[in-house]
Amino acid sequence: MIAAIGTSSYLLLAALLFAIGAFGLLVRRNPLIMFMCIELMLNAANLTFVALATQLGDINGQTAVFFVMVVAAAEVVVGLGILVSILRRRPGATADDLAELKG
Amino acid sequence: MSDATFLEYVVFFSAAIMILGGAIGVITLKNPVHAALGLVLTLFGVAVQFVAMEAHFLAAVQVIVYAGAIVVLFLFVIMLLGVDESIDLSIEPIPIQRPLAAIMGLGLVGLLGAAIVRAEDALVINPGSGIDVAGETGNNDSNIQQLATNLYGDHVFAFQLTSVLLIVAVAGTVLLTRKWPRDAGSSESESSDA
Amino acid sequence: MADLVWLIPAFPLAGFLLLLVFGRRLGDPNAGYLATAMVFGSFASTVLIFFDLLSKPAEDRDTVVTLFSWLPVGTFQVDMAFLADPLSIAMCLFVTGIGGLIHLFAVGYMHGDAKFSKFFLYLNLFVFSMTLLVLGENLLVTFLGWEGVGTCSYLLIAFWHSRESAATAGKKAFVTNRVGDWGVMLAMFLAFSAVGSLSYSVINESAETGELAASTASAIAMLLLLGAAGKSAQLPLYIWLPDAMEGPTPVSALIHAATMVTGGVFLLTRINPVIAASYDWVPTTIAWVGVITALFAATIALAQNDIKKVLAYSTVSQIGYMMLAVGTGGYVAAIFHMITHAAFKALMFLGAGSVIHGMHEEQDMRKMGALRTVMPITAGTFIVGWLAIAGVPPFSGFWSKDEILLFALADSPALYVVGIITAILTAFYMTRQVIMVFFGEAKWTSAANEAEAPEPAEGEEPIETHDAHGEFKPHESPPVMWIPLVVLAVLAAFGGVLNLPKLFGIPSGVSYELEHWLEPVIEFGEADITGTWAYDNKYILVAIAVAAALSGLALAWLVYTKKRIKPWEPTLFANGWYYDAAVSWFMGTPGREGFQVVTDFDAKVVDGAVNGVGVAVKEAATEVRKGQTGYVRQYAGVIGIGVVLLLGWFVVIRGIL
Repeated sequence: MIAAIGTSSYLLLAALLFAIGAFGLLVRRNPLIMFMCIELMLNAANLTFVALATQLGDINGQTAVFFVMVVAAAEVVVGLGILVSILRRRPGATADDLAELKG
Repeated sequence: MSDATFLEYVVFFSAAIMILGGAIGVITLKNPVHAALGLVLTLFGVAVQFVAMEAHFLAAVQVIVYAGAIVVLFLFVIMLLGVDESIDLSIEPIPIQRPLAAIMGLGLVGLLGAAIVRAEDALVINPGSGIDVAGETGNNDSNIQQLATNLYGDHVFAFQLTSVLLIVAVAGTVLLTRKWPRDAGSSESESSDA
Repeated sequence: MADLVWLIPAFPLAGFLLLLVFGRRLGDPNAGYLATAMVFGSFASTVLIFFDLLSKPAEDRDTVVTLFSWLPVGTFQVDMAFLADPLSIAMCLFVTGIGGLIHLFAVGYMHGDAKFSKFFLYLNLFVFSMTLLVLGENLLVTFLGWEGVGTCSYLLIAFWHSRESAATAGKKAFVTNRVGDWGVMLAMFLAFSAVGSLSYSVINESAETGELAASTASAIAMLLLLGAAGKSAQLPLYIWLPDAMEGPTPVSALIHAATMVTGGVFLLTRINPVIAASYDWVPTTIAWVGVITALFAATIALAQNDIKKVLAYSTVSQIGYMMLAVGTGGYVAAIFHMITHAAFKALMFLGAGSVIHGMHEEQDMRKMGALRTVMPITAGTFIVGWLAIAGVPPFSGFWSKDEILLFALADSPALYVVGIITAILTAFYMTRQVIMVFFGEAKWTSAANEAEAPEPAEGEEPIETHDAHGEFKPHESPPVMWIPLVVLAVLAAFGGVLNLPKLFGIPSGVSYELEHWLEPVIEFGEADITGTWAYDNKYILVAIAVAAALSGLALAWLVYTKKRIKPWEPTLFANGWYYDAAVSWFMGTPGREGFQVVTDFDAKVVDGAVNGVGVAVKEAATEVRKGQTGYVRQYAGVIGIGVVLLLGWFVVIRGIL
């Protein structure tokens, strides 16, 4: 079926999804929503992997998706844990409030 | 090869609309719960695309892990913290941020699109030469089998490492979010997924 | 034997080091005797080397002794090397000889001074530097000695530094010399860039063979003239010498009469091939600078009332004669006059010191008079010096001055006329001085109330400075002071034998000894005057010179003894034609503005540039710091832009296919 639609369509879709995710990451200040945007980007990557795996006939692409998902899960766990710790102390903080790196 | 059938187009475009619609919802909705729902929509759309590309197992995993566990996690945290709804999206404290983001987004789309379009002819269409498709082998579990063979065969070491990663993540998060005895209030634990 | 030429500077250096460590312990007078012994040791070495050179044939008389390689820097090779040749040994003979005599005198003169050993420390250092200057095989060793004598001059002029005027005089001497040193340094740079070496043999040879371009040679010669004008106190840089009389009298005798001030003339003689290879106006300039200075200083001298100032201006004038000789090509005459001048000027300075000591530190001549009755030895020796400088035959000054005037006339009659006028003035002011100090009426009785009796000098019993009526009475100096005077008087009287001309039946075997001795050094630059009118009519010139001397003498006698003519001492002359005042005014006001500009330039531009680099970095860093906002989103944005750029490079420039 991919032969019919054409890999480039899937790749374009993934690229668009990635760009939207990146844009959202930069624009939104709520930390949770920024996390969601990261998820969007990861999904775009997954989509690309699978499309090219089917295109090139290599199962390793799908395995890669598997690993991406595992890592994404771990990352979300840890990230949300950090977020919880921070937001407990400073309720209502946004990404801009956490500006300790200011030099 | 053969032209796409009408059904294939429908599937593709509806999944695409779900994906993009959900994504735009994530970045524009004010309420984080609504944004989470948008995320679910996107994830589901991606799962549909996986099925369309004969990656059945991954589609299942996508729904179970992403939509089923990760988004639930997000929602739990949102409920826990009572995240503020009233962040005004129209004001942007860093002046340069919106233009910067716009340039980046457009640049990415443009360049990636250009790359994809230019690379179109270079992609050798070779369906199914390495991937077992259920329709062709006649085995309904062929995708899972092939994936499992590859995962536990070629990538067993990485597989073990990911299990270590998960354990570390769990332990670390418990430690991070633990309320130490001198803090007031009960200690809370996080539920983690597999 | 000539290989031992390094002993000549080694003795005074050893003296300096020993006095540095043990001087205070040795004290008065042993420190002085040690210093004197060291200088006489140097003199003895010089004599030995002199005889060694005499035993060699004339062409072989230059020996170079290299101690070590001083500056081996690529193409720039300078060694610490000494050149023992006729000129340098001749200079060393009178530098160390007369220097030794002055050391002996100083042992008596400085008796009772709190810084006795330090004085001899500086004196030995000075003799060391002077020998370096003279014995140097290349310009850099000479310059080392040059600077050394300048430093010692400063230290010794300002020896009694608690006196404001002495400290100022020392600084003035140093700064004025520095202007001259600048000229010498530029000349060294020029010589190196033209010839590739600072060694005299290389420079002189390139000048002789014509390799050295006339323009370069002229530049070098003029720059060294500037240096010589500073060191030898010629116009326009003579202003430090009269002020230098603030130093103790032995210093004036040694440094400012006999040795250091001759350094400039020595340097010009050393490079006589370069002067010969330069344009014709260069020697002419040298000659005119010399003769104008001579006349200028002579006019000032006849209006001075301080016994040492008269002698100081007299020194400037006599060195002007030496410069005149150098400029007209009479190098032998210049060196001859240098030697005789060293003898009689040192003699007169020491005599003045003896007078000052006997008059209990009184230096104004108007308060002296008739001292020959109480200080006979001082008076007798001083009179010998007076006759020598006035140019009365057969004393030494007559022979050397006559030689110079001969070369002057052979070059240009104008020079000769100015020279003769100066000779008349010289005789005049010296006679005036002698009359005011040693003859006439005693005026020191009125000085009784101001003067306090100083400590007795070495070898004396406590003296009766007041006679029975409580009047002040000057006294003769002790032997340690008048023995050098007598020796110098003998030299001043008979020094003429060094270079007797072929006159009046003087056998040719005895004549022109100095000229034969110096011939290898100066043969290229020495002017050949054998065919000129002046040479052929030498007897006439002798007559004119003697007449000039005697007329000056007689004039002064008429003015100051017989009182027939009123003394003419205009304030213009007394104040040095206001030249010194003009220089001070210039330095004070407009000069200061100019210097302030330079200082500001240094502070603002030079320092500003250096500091500005630091400030610029700081400013830049502060600006760049603003980029560190601390906002994670902005950092992410920048990363995103980076990704876009990278992608762009891949897609557009490299082309992913």
